[in-house]
Amino acid sequence: MDRQHKITCVVCPRSCVGTIAADGDGIKSVSGFLCKRGEEYGRAEVTSPTRMLTTTVRINRAILPLLPVVSSRPLPRDMLLTCARHLAAVRVEAPVREGDVIVKNILGLGVDIVAARDMTVYEGARFD
Amino acid sequence: MTADNREKLAVQDWPGRADVVIVGGGIVGCAAAMFLSRYKATVVMVEQATDLAMGTTKANSGIIHAGFDAPPGSMKARMNVRGNRLYHELQPALKYEVNFLGSLVVAKSDDDLKTLEGLLDRGRQNGVPDITIIDRERVLSREPNLSRDVRAGLWAPTAGVIWPFGAALAMAENAVRNGVKVFTGCRLEGFMLDRRKICGVRTNKGDIACKLVINAAGRWADEVSRWAGDDSFSITPRRGEYILFDKSVGSLVNSVLFPTPTKVSKGILVSPTVHGNIFIGPNAENITDKDDLSTTAPGMEEIISGARKLIPDLPLAAAITQFVGLRPVASGDDFIIGPSALVGGLVQAAGIQSPGLASAPAIGELVSEIAAERLGLVRKPGYVEENPDRPAFAELDSRQRQELIARNPLYGRIICRCETVSEGEIVAAIHSPVGARTVDGVKRRTRAGMGRCQGGFCGPRVVGILARELGLPLDAIVKEGPGSQLFFARQTLRGGESHE
Amino acid sequence: MNDFYDVVVIGGGPAGLAAALSARRHGAGRVLIVERDRELGGILQQCIHVGFGLHRFREELTGPGYANRYLRMLADTTGIETMIDTMVISLTADRQVTVVGPAVGLRTVRGGAVVLAMGCRERTRGAIRIPGSRPAGVFTAGAAQRMVNMEGYLPGREVVILGSGDIGLIMARRLTLEGCRVPAVLEIMPVSNGLTRNIVQCLDDFGIPLYLSHTVVAIRGQDRVTGVTVARVDDALRPVAGSQFDLACDCLLLSVGLIPEVELAREVNLTLDGRTSGPVVDNRRQTSLPGFFAAGNVVHVHDLVDFVSEEGEIAGRWAAVFAAGGMGGEARSADVLPGEKVRSVVPQKYVGDGDHTGQCRFYLRVSQPLGRCRVTISDRTGRRLASKRLPVAKPSEMIEIDVQHSAIEIEKGPLTVAAEGV
Repeated sequence: MDRQHKITCVVCPRSCVGTIAADGDGIKSVSGFLCKRGEEYGRAEVTSPTRMLTTTVRINRAILPLLPVVSSRPLPRDMLLTCARHLAAVRVEAPVREGDVIVKNILGLGVDIVAARDMTVYEGARFD
Repeated sequence: MTADNREKLAVQDWPGRADVVIVGGGIVGCAAAMFLSRYKATVVMVEQATDLAMGTTKANSGIIHAGFDAPPGSMKARMNVRGNRLYHELQPALKYEVNFLGSLVVAKSDDDLKTLEGLLDRGRQNGVPDITIIDRERVLSREPNLSRDVRAGLWAPTAGVIWPFGAALAMAENAVRNGVKVFTGCRLEGFMLDRRKICGVRTNKGDIACKLVINAAGRWADEVSRWAGDDSFSITPRRGEYILFDKSVGSLVNSVLFPTPTKVSKGILVSPTVHGNIFIGPNAENITDKDDLSTTAPGMEEIISGARKLIPDLPLAAAITQFVGLRPVASGDDFIIGPSALVGGLVQAAGIQSPGLASAPAIGELVSEIAAERLGLVRKPGYVEENPDRPAFAELDSRQRQELIARNPLYGRIICRCETVSEGEIVAAIHSPVGARTVDGVKRRTRAGMGRCQGGFCGPRVVGILARELGLPLDAIVKEGPGSQLFFARQTLRGGESHE
Repeated sequence: MNDFYDVVVIGGGPAGLAAALSARRHGAGRVLIVERDRELGGILQQCIHVGFGLHRFREELTGPGYANRYLRMLADTTGIETMIDTMVISLTADRQVTVVGPAVGLRTVRGGAVVLAMGCRERTRGAIRIPGSRPAGVFTAGAAQRMVNMEGYLPGREVVILGSGDIGLIMARRLTLEGCRVPAVLEIMPVSNGLTRNIVQCLDDFGIPLYLSHTVVAIRGQDRVTGVTVARVDDALRPVAGSQFDLACDCLLLSVGLIPEVELAREVNLTLDGRTSGPVVDNRRQTSLPGFFAAGNVVHVHDLVDFVSEEGEIAGRWAAVFAAGGMGGEARSADVLPGEKVRSVVPQKYVGDGDHTGQCRFYLRVSQPLGRCRVTISDRTGRRLASKRLPVAKPSEMIEIDVQHSAIEIEKGPLTVAAEGV
């Protein structure tokens, strides 16, 4: 049986809302999007939505107790929470450079988690 | 040091015996403690909240009234006029922040003018110095933002504005310096009585045998009295709501402005604070719950429309916070000060509503004299009148600032940007005689978090400093009472999932 | 100790960093950045989400990643000194800047020019007068964001968010990823101020409901927040009787607006714009006081950091020119006014450009939501200098419009920026 998906496009500020009908075999019909890019976005949202993940991991010997990290590319949307939980238990040592891989191939998803900034060694008093 | 160790230390320090126990660490209790510390006596003050001055003292208009409101001959009139004078006299030694900028009662109608004459007469009978009625032009030249339909004003130059917490703390610190022991988080649970005479108090921290109790328990004074066996009065909390405005509109008014009082109410006033902000309020609503400190939407409307009668062009966009105060109104309306007629060893200082703040030093002085007389106390040599200087960065000149930072670099780190409060001041407030233990305690002592951003920037920094100085984890630091933790440790949310 | 700097930049966030680098590039020999935090980068360091830098770097960076670009440029540049953990406590019209910090002590430096880049602060509970008790657990969203993303502590475990601007939306997702529950995001207006992308990816993705035309009418709890009372509001934004319901939570985050941090600007009596709440600036970002420049959120609250950097570069460039004594031409100026359906415009003054080539960019906000529309800028004679068509315009989204310097004749001012539906 077809399922109707109402998708709000986020590609441009017009925020058009399209309708996509799909069943187990794939997309049956697409309507309502105002442009081609919107339509593509809608299809991806129905078949395999992905998102960038940003969160933090613990870091030792830096000015702050946390290092912000980001996925090297978008992850499956339904894995965001699981990945965030996984990363909450990760601890690294300063120094770190932006782009350093913090977790390679997280949970076997084929995506790396990398440092979002540089963090040097800091030996002064920390606020934590 | 852990919290447990602290608790034990406190109990080790526990006085099993005292001459006088003061119940309630509001401004009346603090004033009584200070005046009693001039005598050779063991004095203990117990306060149920985590900090001093947390009840009515914390949230009120902060006005040292001149003393023309109360009927001549009443306890209120006597205490107010004497209290006002004491605030003038004590300031150089105690160093609390006060500004005697005068008050003005604004008359707009014929009826108001008549009332003004009555107030003038009453003030003169009460012994209020230098009060006069001034005409419209002089009123408007003093207060150019006042409503144009003003007809005249009653000018009382001895009225002032004060930081009530600061005044209470200054008195308490002086008391501690002179030997009084102060326990916060110490709740009275009952009395030890010997044939209708008090011989001790029971608290959650332990018992204290004593000869005399001063009941300065504010909103709970009726309950405390009843526990001792005196049920001659009751206390009703009367809610008053306030709005505080940013310093940027501090020039709106120059003195304490009252509307002409009616039979029902003193009315909504507009006044500078001692720190250069402006406030409006309070309304007056009798309630039943002695803990209900909620502001209400109708209350806000009431005080806004009331204040507009004085200052039509109210800068509402500059409001920075709202708060509620509860006045303890005694059945019978006047202050209840003096020995209980029903119980021995109990001295009441109850029903201290407006002008209670203005009267507090006089009340403290009076009850200490009563206690001294009853117990035959004598003055002690070596009483230290003066509180030490506590540098406030914002008030120093460049050279003083440089010297201070050279001595202690923490005075060079500004934690509160709105009020220019340095880390050094915060650390000093934590380690002072009745030191801050909570974020709001730091705020009341240093003003950190009291400005326009209301702690947005500095709140977390203050939490960090408290944790460091008290040796506690950051998530143990509270805003005010127990259970008012500001932040939660991140790991606690994860259950067993953390690998750390 | 030499206390003279060609350009003193107050604030080491995106505006200040760009201004300092630009000042140096345009000939300022000695530049100083004064930053009150212990690190440079400003608010970017706590904005760990992606979405920064599309215009400037053609890629989507995190906030710290965007800051890192500038910090690396700074590391590669000589002639820029920084004072961190240091606050400016006074400013005089002759450009004496008094700073204080535990490392520098109390010092007064002098600037050939001064760039104000102090950013903005958040509106608080007090500013919007929410009734109720005053327990722990009421925070502004940005303060909570710093706590969560930089210090590793959480503001609560069940968090209601008031205000659906982007910070509120982003915090809803962030807290959810941290294991908190977000029962609702409330918005007093009938539309969200946030980007659609954020509504989808921060709320819809996690099933967080957004209540439009709703607000908090009471906060409950003695020590810690135990809940909030919510009500629907009518067209005048007043609570509708009988529409109240309670939400249990232990924390309320407020995302109810940002205000330029203008206290230092007030100290030197700069003219402020009531619409932006920031100082009035000309197209060189010079304020009403010669030698004082301003850029970024202290001038007007931006949506995109890319434009903050751009504004910082303009301010830094002209600050360097001023410091070198090369400023001229500002004697003639044209006011730039918000016209029909426009709430605010920056710069508020046009003084021309040195060589009169290239473009001048104006930023505006419309005063009401518009569908398909045209934004125009015209001079006194009614001549249209530039126009731009938009599929949609919201008051919450800043719009830029570029005008050729060669098209503007100052004596035909004032210029008016307007929007109209088409």
